[in-house]
Amino acid sequence: MLLEVERVASFYGGFQALFEVSVQVAEGETVAIIGANGAGKSTLLKTVVGLMARTTGAVVFDGRPLGGVPTHRRLGMGIVMVPEGRRIFPSLTVEENLQVGAHQTRAGPWDVGRVLELFPALADKRRRPGTRLSGGEQQMLAIGRALMGNPRLLLLDEVSLGLAPIVVRRIYEAMPEIISSGATVVLVEQDVGQALRAADRVYCLLEGRVALQGRSAGLTRQQLSDAYFGMRA
Amino acid sequence: MTWLNDVVQGLLLGGLYALFATGLSLMFGVMRLVNLAHGDLSIVAAFIALAIVDAVPVNPLWTVLVVVPLMFGVGYLLQRGLLNFTLRGADPLPPVLVTFGLSIILQNLLLEIFSADSQGLDAGRIEDASIRLSDRLAIGWFPLLTLLVAIGVLAGLQLVISRTRLGRAFRATSDDPQAARLMGIDNRHLFAVATGIALATVAVAGLFLGIRTTFTPSVGPTRLIFAFEAVIIGGLGSLWGTLLGGLVLGVAQTLGAQLSPGWGVLAGHLVFLAVLAFRPAGLLGKPVPAQ
Repeated sequence: MLLEVERVASFYGGFQALFEVSVQVAEGETVAIIGANGAGKSTLLKTVVGLMARTTGAVVFDGRPLGGVPTHRRLGMGIVMVPEGRRIFPSLTVEENLQVGAHQTRAGPWDVGRVLELFPALADKRRRPGTRLSGGEQQMLAIGRALMGNPRLLLLDEVSLGLAPIVVRRIYEAMPEIISSGATVVLVEQDVGQALRAADRVYCLLEGRVALQGRSAGLTRQQLSDAYFGMRA
Repeated sequence: MTWLNDVVQGLLLGGLYALFATGLSLMFGVMRLVNLAHGDLSIVAAFIALAIVDAVPVNPLWTVLVVVPLMFGVGYLLQRGLLNFTLRGADPLPPVLVTFGLSIILQNLLLEIFSADSQGLDAGRIEDASIRLSDRLAIGWFPLLTLLVAIGVLAGLQLVISRTRLGRAFRATSDDPQAARLMGIDNRHLFAVATGIALATVAVAGLFLGIRTTFTPSVGPTRLIFAFEAVIIGGLGSLWGTLLGGLVLGVAQTLGAQLSPGWGVLAGHLVFLAVLAFRPAGLLGKPVPAQ
């Protein structure tokens, strides 16, 4: 297993957002985390990357427990997250946004040239401030910036949020190349159909707990909607 | 012609103010930290130079080779060991209180070690040498050197910020500290480097102050106020603005003093207040977006 999340609980101050969540991700597979708003999807990703101040349980990456390892060291190990809302740096140009993604210099296939090949829409805008792009281009930039860190594990938080369906499709068309470059992908997605198409396996969170998991192809609509909305079958 | 002379002298004095303000501007820009001990740290640097000159007979200008790296180290450790802990929450008060306390501690330490006597650094002939341009207009070599060094320091810093990996990390962290952490930027280390650089520049400022005029352990806060005014006049977050702010403040003070000897500092404060009232973002600052 590349990533093992074992009975993890996470807290925002006094509020508990995850309860004993366990997730396994094998190297090379694509896993989707789905669930309603507030189910704990983003919290799970933040826990893996080390942004949650209070957690219990274990996160193990490639056999190494990550307890006490700060975020920037996890980046150095190859765990990279694309945050919800893109979080492009406005003072940096498109190209500089990409360069800052390689702050932890990790060897690997990605550099500015290859990211611009993957997302040609960014190529002629590389000198523009990063926030003077359309929403879809900003999402491409955020993904490209993460790829600059040459991830072994790429965590994508709400990639399609607020984007037109055609733009979402264009972004998901880039996934095969990202995966073939050697990245294992965990994506949080509100669009369940999109998640099932993109991922090999799916975890559905409900109120901070895993309500359902299985191979994308093997889950029925009924199972998914029961888990998503918390109905007991 | 005396007016022209005053403007020129004001610009030269402004170079010193800009040198003081640079570090303040950098620290606020990178981590939104207002360092109230900034002026006192410059005086610490001047006293270190004094101690060196007392021990080894060298021109105080040479002490820059020791004082600047030393103050960089002090800055790094100060940030890493103390100030980082004040930045953990969103509350702006802890860093202000802690640096205020630090300011008092530093003043009293200096008082304890060096006494309250006025001290000065003697740089020799360069202090009185000047270029005479006409009967009424002369430019002192030393103030000119101060201004050139200030421009050099600011230009160098600007280059670092706009062109290097470190500079990109500074700007990214200033924009969005959490997203910067997601890029693998260790903000504790980055902040410490920023404070190190800030104290390196303030060490140069303290040294030039000590050569230009006399100093005592208690003059730091005045330096802080002038540095503040330079940063605000120029515009927060703009290094060239900080240079401009220093120059404007210097000219305002010398012109005010020309009207009446007591009005120099007051004129500087009035210009500062006018900028706050009519152009709160500063001369070169970007308008603050309403939130």
